[in-house]
Order: sequence, then structure tokens, then C-alpha cells
Amino acid sequence: MRRWLDGLQELRRYPSAIGGLAIIFFLIFLALYTVITIPYSEALDKWRGGEAWRMHPVNASPVWVDRLTGGDKPRTQIISSADVRPQEASFDGGRQLRIPLAFDYDSGEFPSEINLYLHTEGSDREAFVRLNWHTPDGQTIPLGGQRVARDDRVSISQNRALEGRLGMVPHVGLLAGDSDPQAPEVQKGQYRLTVDAILFGEDASLDADLVVYGRVHGIAGTDFQRRDLMVALLWGTPVALAFGLLAAVGTTITTLIIAATGVWFGGWVDALIQRLTEVNIILPLLPILVMVGTLYSTSIWLMLGVVILLGIFSAGIKTYRAMLLPIREAPYIEAARAYGAGNTRIIMRYMIPRILPVLIPTFVTLIPTFVFLEASLAVLGLGDPELPTWGKVLNDAQEQSALYNGFYYWVISPAILLMLTGLGFAMLGFALDRVFNPRLRTQ
Amino acid sequence: MSDIAPVSGRRHGWLRDLRRIVFFTAKRLLALFVTVMIGVYLTIVIANMGGQVDELRELQIRMTISEEVRADPSFMQMPSEERNELIEEQVQMEIQRRNLDQPFFLRSIDYLNQAMRLDLGRAEEMHSDTGARDVYDIIVERLPATLLLFGTANLLVFFVSVYAALWLSRRYGSRADRAVIALAPSSAAPAWFYGIFLILFFGFLAPILPPGGMVDIPPPEGRWAYSLSVLQHMILPVTAMFLSSIFISIYSWRTFFLIHSSEDYVEMARAKGLPSSLIQSRYILRPTLSPIITSFALMLIGLWSGAIILEQVFNWPGLGTLLFQAIGFRDTPVIIGGVVVFAYLLAVTVFMLDILYAILDPRVRIEGGRS
Repeated sequence: MRRWLDGLQELRRYPSAIGGLAIIFFLIFLALYTVITIPYSEALDKWRGGEAWRMHPVNASPVWVDRLTGGDKPRTQIISSADVRPQEASFDGGRQLRIPLAFDYDSGEFPSEINLYLHTEGSDREAFVRLNWHTPDGQTIPLGGQRVARDDRVSISQNRALEGRLGMVPHVGLLAGDSDPQAPEVQKGQYRLTVDAILFGEDASLDADLVVYGRVHGIAGTDFQRRDLMVALLWGTPVALAFGLLAAVGTTITTLIIAATGVWFGGWVDALIQRLTEVNIILPLLPILVMVGTLYSTSIWLMLGVVILLGIFSAGIKTYRAMLLPIREAPYIEAARAYGAGNTRIIMRYMIPRILPVLIPTFVTLIPTFVFLEASLAVLGLGDPELPTWGKVLNDAQEQSALYNGFYYWVISPAILLMLTGLGFAMLGFALDRVFNPRLRTQ
Repeated sequence: MSDIAPVSGRRHGWLRDLRRIVFFTAKRLLALFVTVMIGVYLTIVIANMGGQVDELRELQIRMTISEEVRADPSFMQMPSEERNELIEEQVQMEIQRRNLDQPFFLRSIDYLNQAMRLDLGRAEEMHSDTGARDVYDIIVERLPATLLLFGTANLLVFFVSVYAALWLSRRYGSRADRAVIALAPSSAAPAWFYGIFLILFFGFLAPILPPGGMVDIPPPEGRWAYSLSVLQHMILPVTAMFLSSIFISIYSWRTFFLIHSSEDYVEMARAKGLPSSLIQSRYILRPTLSPIITSFALMLIGLWSGAIILEQVFNWPGLGTLLFQAIGFRDTPVIIGGVVVFAYLLAVTVFMLDILYAILDPRVRIEGGRS
């Protein structure tokens, strides 16, 4: 025990150890925060995508990146009918509503999309709406009328007729004022969309949400399915840490126990273990993982199991064996035998603890290897089907040619987190190596 | 021992050494063959644990036969029930012909036999560039690309790191030494990870190098233009591999040489006033040659599997990309074939390591491979 405490004391002298520990604590804090604020089931649900994200822009970059580079890209604005007072008039068998949805637009760039979400309640027949767009300089652009189902989406951006009339895509043309269609410029000011609805029913009601999609979103941006990347970046942390830690523990401890057993019993047990290790060395880990992932399931826990199984008889056995062989002959083991200690007791209590300190640095540097292994599998398209992980974000980005399309944030943010994890553990591991293996400090 | 023996004895000793090396090699070859066999068998067992391979084969047979029967005009007039019976009958015959109705053990022996002879079956979806459907052809066609890329990168990393480490071990504690120690943790990230950033910087932000592929499209005419184009495409992936492993290898070699250069016999040589180049080559490098070779081979083994993703990231048409495409097509024969070929490659690496050992390590020669 004293040796450990001394080791920890000495660790403070290494700046890289302090830096590594700081990064690791930050990641652990992030992981805990994530697990508490976004429960597991909620994270899976969110990452499945779909309707929940309909009011998020597609492929929006992080706000801070844009602001740091001096950009002025718009954020998403949601104008809800719940916040405005509609004018209403009743007629026989129904109601007439006029909902003015006004918003200020002062960004220098055009929004990425404009949609109107309508929700009617208590209407006997399909309601009818007519839309008018009012620009700051007093013009009115009619957007046409249509019947609406109970839940409906009016894609103003995809209104082909309107595009033809404006000579530009609607979400540009509607905000461009009188500027040249070849080089449109934003006309800043207050815009208004009036929704004139005819509802058939005494207490029928209509909710309207106008969404003017921006080009920037949140801290992490969004992906091609409108999902907020923050969910995946946050949830990637506990997943990566858990995978790395469990795989490292699973492989080192089993390997150590097997090496110690082989050394202690010797003879055919040792020979068998040696042969198994040799077979295992020629088994290619990644291709086998690929095979298992394709044939069975890509569940992260199955992958973890396979990694541990193939890691049991890893090349490390040879190293541990070399370290354990002299220990086997040590007098204190002789003493333990003399007082009648059993085989298990000698292996677990006398042999293994003796080389544990040497093992700690290897163990710590092994963690990022497995974190990157998980990411590698995900990049190959064999990531967990449900869990959001850093590797899966990278894989999505790769599939959507994010770099080619200029969505750098999509690649860089998960990559930085991966790098941070790798660096944190590696820095601590290297410092530990110098503390616990004094042979490296000679001279 | 050859110093004491007379001239005729010297030749005799040399012959005996050779005989022992051959004996040792043959023994290792046999052992490795058994090892590969066990490894391939394990692969087959894993692949067929849930009966996936059998099911797949049966499905394939059924599809081929029903398509044949439906397309055959002589069966057109037949009522559909009768035709289905005919299909079923033919499927059963085919299953019997291929021994798919035998218990798993017998079937697996058959699969093993095929896999060991590298008869890897036919691909389901994929085909080689020459149009062949045999998995073996598809894989062999991709091997040279992988060998070129990884051979270059490995040799570069190996020689640069050993020489840099030798240089650093003489300048222990200098600024360069401390820089290498500080940079060593950067190797925690694999090569593909650096690849992404290199592509970002040199492929898109400052487009001076091609971001992927192996040659320009269309491939340039003439041997020189072609090689030049390949070289240009190799720069980024080789740099990625170089960056990801250079610092850790310099670091570990430096530590290794430091430990060895504090041995008594090195101190002795230094005290005698021998020039440092002589000390380096004769007193440090020669006794440490076998660990150096071991670590080189282990690095090769490690990089074989790292190849898969790097190739995919750089769109390099090697084994890794092939495996990746096979995942996309769910082409099981190609995936299993890929695992088998990887196992063979690893075994060949281990075997070459063994032979080098036998040549370099005098103990193997003296004890006749008993060690």
C-alpha cells in the first residue's frame, strides 16, 4: 500500500500526469453530467431522430464557430401562435381566424428553410388556410391557400409556384426585398406571416408555428437528420469511457490471471497456454470483429465481449510470464507454501499483486486503444445500432461527405473529444510508467 | 567456438548450423501450420455459430434454382404447385450434393479443408476488376496495393525511429529528447484519425494533394507518369501512419537503447576510448538486434489490422477497403475469406520472424532449435 501512495505522491512531480488527470476528471464529470441530465432511454429515443427534431435546421454549424469567425448567420426562430392574439369571427357552423406571426429578421444571411406547422383540433371537416407574407417595406406576397389535415406541414421553401414567381428559392426570395435575383441581399426588419383560417366546428382551434430555420445551432451544430450533435457528443463520453475501461480491465486482468496460473502450475498447463497464445496472435482482431458485426449484431456489448475474449490470450501473456517466472522462485512464495497456502491463494494473493504496479501504466495506456477501437468499428459502419457514439458521428459525417461539403464542425468536434480522451489517458500512463518502472529513470 | 576449431571443423560447424536452422525452420513451419489451422477453424466456428453460413448457403442455392426453373421455357406450362415441388426437390438434391445436411462437425471439416487450400468460394455480390467472382481472385487483386502502402510506411517508421532513437540516446535529457517524450502520448490515436485531419488540411483547405484514391482518374499513360501519380497519392496516407507511430516508437527505442548503453561492456568500450560510431554499431546495435527484429514484426502484425480503416478513409483500393465494401454488401464469403487471408498474412509474418531469429540468435544454432 505504501508503495502505491509513494507512487501517487511522486506523480505530482510530472506535469503530464497532472494534465492527463485533469482531462480524465473532466471527461468523467462530463460523463456523469450526461448520464444524469439525459437518461439512457431518452438518449436512444432522441438519437433515433424523426419528428422530435423537425424544428431544427439541417446541417447547421455551431453558433460559436460562426461568431468567432466574424459571421452573422441566423439562428432558428420559432414564432408560435400561442404567443399572439388572433382576431376571430364566428359564422354559422365554424370560425374564422386571423393569426399574425411577426418576427424581426436582422441577420445578414438568408435562413436555410421556412416551414409552417399547423395543428387543428375539433374541426368537423378539413380546415382551410390562406397565407400572406408581409415584408418590412409594406409589400404583401400571397403564398396561396390550402386545406389542412389535423397535423400538417406547409413547406414554404418547397413551394414551386412561389419559387417561379419570385425567381429565387422562397426562403431567399421572401426576404430579399427588391434586390437583384442574381445576388440577393437580405432586407432587414420586421416580417409578418398572416394565417387566415376557416375552421369548421364551434370550438375548433388552430395552432400555427412558423419556423424560420437558421444556419447555426447550439454548441455543436446539427446533422443531416436535423439531430442536435450535442446529444451524441455528450453521450459518446460515458460510452467511450465505459467501453475503454471495461475492455482494458477485462483483457489485462484475465490475461494476468492466466499468465500467473501457467507460471505457477508449469508443465502442460503452461505449454497449453503458450500454444493458445500463439494461435491467438495470428487471429486478426479487427477482421474478426467485422465478421461478427456483419453476421450477428453490432451491439456494443457483443463487440466488448469479443474484444475481451480475443484479448484473454494476447501477446501480453509472454511479457507477464517473463516477469512472473523469477517471482515463482521467491522465498516468500516458499514460505506461503510452507504454511499451507492453496494454489489459488498463492496465485491471487502472492504472485499477481507483486507485478500489479508494473501493470498499471500498461493498463492506463490501453484504455484509449479500446476507445479508438470502438470509434474505428463505428467508422466502418459497425457502430452500435442505437447508442449515439463519437465514432458514429464520424461515420455519418463520412457518409455524407462532410469534409467535401464544408461541414468541418461535424468531423472536428467528435475528433477533438476522441483525441482528448486518448491524450488524457496516454499522458497519465506515460507518467505512471516512469514512476512505477524506475528502470526507465536510470541515468 | 569456430575460433578454436580447425579449418575443416569450421566448415563442418557451418554446415551443422545450417542443418540446425533448417530443422528449426521446418519445426516452426509445422507448428505454424497447425496454428493457422486452429485459427481458421475457430474463424469458421465463430462465423457459423448461429448457423448463419449454412442458412446463407441454403438460401443462395434456393434462389439460384428457383430462378433457373422460372426462367426455363420448358417449365412454363407447368402448374405452379408442381413447379414449386420441382424446385424443392432440386434444392434438396443440391444440399445433399454439397453435404449441407451432415452434422456441423463434418461440414466444418469440409469448410476448413477448403479454407486452408484458400478455396474461399464465390462472392455473392462483389467481383474483381477483371470480372472474376472467386473470393480468392478478389482478395489477391487487392494485396499489392496494401503491401505497397504499408510496406513503405512501416519501413520508413522503423528506420527513422531506430536512427532517431540512437541519436537521442546519446543526447539524454536534451531539448529534442524532452520534446519526443512530450509528444509520445500523441500516438494514442490511430493513423486513420490523423488521416482525417490531413485530408481536411491538404485535401480541402489547401488543396495541394489528392484527398483519396491510388491514382488519378483516368490513370495517366506511361509507366513514369503512373508511378508519379501513385506516389503523390501515397504521401497523405503514409504521413498519417508515420505521424501516428513515429513518436511512440522513437520513445520506446530510446528507452531501450538507454538501458542497453548503460551495460558494463558498453562502459568498458567507452573507457577504452573507442569511437562512438563503433560503440553504436558493435556494442549497442548488435546485441540488441533480435529484440529490434521482434518489435518490427510485432509492429507489422499490429499494422495489418490497422490497415482496414486507414484504407477506407483514404479510399485506397487495398484489402481494408475491400473488407469495408464487403460489409456494405453483406457479402459473407468475402468477409470470411478476408479473415482467413489476414490469418495467413500474420502467420507468414510470424514465420519470417522465426527464421530471422534462427539466423540472428546464436542460441538457436547451438541448441539446434531446442529452445
